[in-house]
Amino acid sequence: MADILTDPAPEAPDAVPEFPMPRESRCPFDPPPALKDLQAQAPLTKVRLWDGSEPWLVTRYAEQRALLGDARVSADTDSPGYPTKASPDAGEGKLSFIMMDDPEHARLRRMVTAPFAVKKVEALRPAVQRIVDGLIDDMLAGPSPVDLVDVFALPIPSLVICELLGVPYEEHDFFQEHTKTMVRTTATPEERGKASRDVAGYLAGLLGKRLAEPKDDLLSSIAGRIAAGELTHQQATEMGLLLLIAGHETTANMIALGTLALLQNPGQLALLRETDDPEFVAGAVEELLRYLHITHLGRRRAVTEDIEIGGQVIKAGEGVIMVNEIGNRDPEVFADPDRLDLTRDARRHVAFGFGVHQCLGQPLARMELQVVYGTLYKRIPTLKPAAPLQDVRFKSDAFIYGVHALPVSW
Amino acid sequence: MKVELEADKCVASGQCVLAAMDVFDQDDDGIAILLDEQPAAEHLDGVREAVAICPAAAIRLVDQ
Repeated sequence: MADILTDPAPEAPDAVPEFPMPRESRCPFDPPPALKDLQAQAPLTKVRLWDGSEPWLVTRYAEQRALLGDARVSADTDSPGYPTKASPDAGEGKLSFIMMDDPEHARLRRMVTAPFAVKKVEALRPAVQRIVDGLIDDMLAGPSPVDLVDVFALPIPSLVICELLGVPYEEHDFFQEHTKTMVRTTATPEERGKASRDVAGYLAGLLGKRLAEPKDDLLSSIAGRIAAGELTHQQATEMGLLLLIAGHETTANMIALGTLALLQNPGQLALLRETDDPEFVAGAVEELLRYLHITHLGRRRAVTEDIEIGGQVIKAGEGVIMVNEIGNRDPEVFADPDRLDLTRDARRHVAFGFGVHQCLGQPLARMELQVVYGTLYKRIPTLKPAAPLQDVRFKSDAFIYGVHALPVSW
Repeated sequence: MKVELEADKCVASGQCVLAAMDVFDQDDDGIAILLDEQPAAEHLDGVREAVAICPAAAIRLVDQ
């Protein structure tokens, strides 16, 4: 609030606010104060984006879920009024089915749902536990302090998704660097386009190899769809790219940001350190997903028919942005929403979105986070930040929120 | 109480399995399967949770 009051505010009082808004620097885990004010005023308000367009910002939970579950709301980035996050990416094409509507979205998505079924993911739990334990062994044997993102948070989802897809992990430096560029909002469209094309080229090569010589992995299964005439090479590459990227930054940032949030809340961290109950750990993961906000720029859509909702009429051709971080702090749904409380029932959060586009990889993300949060603080009970909070650089400049680095010691 | 599942709407999020493992499972492609159309009373809370969190609104609990 203080920042708003001291701002010179040259614009008229009824000016449309810009989105995204700056966060309160002392509260890096909380949504921007201006976003909370908007939520208190109305479920939907107009905002102005980087390109001058004025889509609707949907701040309340009920309206977010209703719109995300509405077939008149399009995820196709080519739909009139679609609110883009930054300048159009230079010729990198669509990121597969997340940028399409049904029925094509459903057709493509169903091709890759099998490995993310709950029981298939459970079968991977021992392997993920071994990965996590191995990385902690390496940490304890190495120097302290160290950057937790570099040695722990990023390698976990990277190793897991590489294993699942059948991408040789030895190549991880190459695509980690490129995906970093692809999700950095300050990268130029040319830089993002080049990074995207380089990774796509690499994946296209790998798909070609799996076409000739299939293995027991997801890329081989996708290559099989090319052979069956159900996917073009281009579509298969876009799908591989989506799976490779989507699993990386999100989970890595949840691990690092979650650890930082817990280190700032020692009472809550102690609950995790002292429990042996997998149900409690699973509940804690849901609360951390609710409380934190990796996809801080919101779920974006274009409306294809007039929709009356929240006291407004959204016209066909207008954009809507559902900011899940503020939806997850809606006091109508979650009591005392700004408090991190690992004992609450937070399962109805919208951290993974809602509707037919809800995150495909969520069972995998949940399991990875359960293993991490259930292991790291027990194995390193003296884990602590090695830099003051004000020196930690938060990723306001990326499509996925988190920390650039997290120095820790023990 | 009877559970109804529209499998053609399912997006394989697996939420119903997590909420009520005795009532729902997934097929080889992750699409939800209804194991028990008329679950015992102790499973109804889990089913209600599944109805509430199913992202595709593919599950209903109806009075008979």
